[in-house]
Amino acid sequence: MNLWKRLMCYCRRRSPWLFHLNSGSCNGCDIEIVAALAPRYDAEQLGVRLEGSPRHADILCVTGPVTRNAVCAIKTVYGQVCGPKAVVAIGSCPATTNVFIDSRTLDGPLGKHIPVDVFVPGCPPRPDAIIEGVAKAAQILAERGDEVPEVITAAEVQA
Amino acid sequence: MSILTALARLLIFPGILFAVPAAWFFLWVERKSVAMMQGRIGPPFMQPFFDFIKLLGKSTPQRTGVAGALMRAWPLIAVSTAAGAVGLLPVLPSSGGFQGDLILLLALLEVPSICIIAAGFTSRSIFGEIGSAREAVLSVSYNVVFLLAIISVAASQHTFRLEALAQAPATSLRWIGILAVLICLPAKLHLNPFSLPNAEQEIYSGPMVEFAGPELAMWELSHGLEWVAATGLVATLIAPQMAFWGLSALAFVALSFGIVLLLSALAAATARLAIDTTVRFYWQCTIIFAVLAVSSALLMRLRS
Repeated sequence: MNLWKRLMCYCRRRSPWLFHLNSGSCNGCDIEIVAALAPRYDAEQLGVRLEGSPRHADILCVTGPVTRNAVCAIKTVYGQVCGPKAVVAIGSCPATTNVFIDSRTLDGPLGKHIPVDVFVPGCPPRPDAIIEGVAKAAQILAERGDEVPEVITAAEVQA
Repeated sequence: MSILTALARLLIFPGILFAVPAAWFFLWVERKSVAMMQGRIGPPFMQPFFDFIKLLGKSTPQRTGVAGALMRAWPLIAVSTAAGAVGLLPVLPSSGGFQGDLILLLALLEVPSICIIAAGFTSRSIFGEIGSAREAVLSVSYNVVFLLAIISVAASQHTFRLEALAQAPATSLRWIGILAVLICLPAKLHLNPFSLPNAEQEIYSGPMVEFAGPELAMWELSHGLEWVAATGLVATLIAPQMAFWGLSALAFVALSFGIVLLLSALAAATARLAIDTTVRFYWQCTIIFAVLAVSSALLMRLRS
């Protein structure tokens, strides 16, 4: 690996920019993401920044059990994130659809629609688990390089 | 000034070699001071550099035709003009030849803002267009005050040459002008409370919404260079003249750093104002300063 690639790898690990996408969440996980960025947990120490536009982001943080209405939006937003990119499923909902399983309004779990890199289970997960999930996704991002993920494989972070 | 000194000024100090690390440093100071005022630790020292390198390695969406070429061009124009503005700052004393001209410096400082407006409309995103419209309104509001203040400083010293302006002794009139320029800087640098064009919660960071990868990296860099140029302009107007060039360079850096701290603290302490409040602030409250400064400068001119 030459010097530029090693530098790039290091910088990708140290600068994960997030885009938060709510796919029908109860807002429980959403406030935990905000808590992870707030003074007590301060994820900015790892270079994490919550971005307004998916074009700027590296990591897509999805919360919620994926409602039928949200499927199209999820696919669009996933396409708008420029590569290399990673997806973190935050909470039990995107992983398994949680207590809403068998609901006719859902089309989950998230793994059916886009490749997920890290699952952070919990209802809601603790902010430190979310930060660990994001750090793991940043590591995956750095190791993956420019290739686009094909196979759906996921690491799991214990809450 | 020989061609060699001119090149050294443009490429080494206060040009590219100094300005780019200084831009990253100022961006870090901005984020760090906001974090510290919120009771957080904040990003590590090298964070803007990590962000820049990472953005260079990201892909950009496929864009074709004139719009695609323009979207690649705007950030490059913004970066080069901002770097040129920094290179013009009269930090070091020079002898003869081409000396920095205030009008050229102001024009170069204005180009990044125009690029942002054009970029938002080129992106054809509704959020980008709203952001561009806000930037245009904001630029019309603060520029009246900014330009009047600079003109008053220049008129009181009877010159538009930067070198002569920097060397002239500070008068009370000049301090009013500098104060008016300082009030305009948060709007020029899109900081709170005047961060309307790039409001990330309301309009998804405005004109930048469609930019990704290297283009976004260039926008970040041009924003940092604008920081260096704008604070540097005020620093050269304030800085006392030193006999030794090293001392004047040091004074320039220290004063710029002080202004960055002041502006960052203001940004952390305030919330975003609405567009009508901002426009009213500049047109009704601040313009008094500028009119006062420029009219007294003209009176002084007539009497002398």
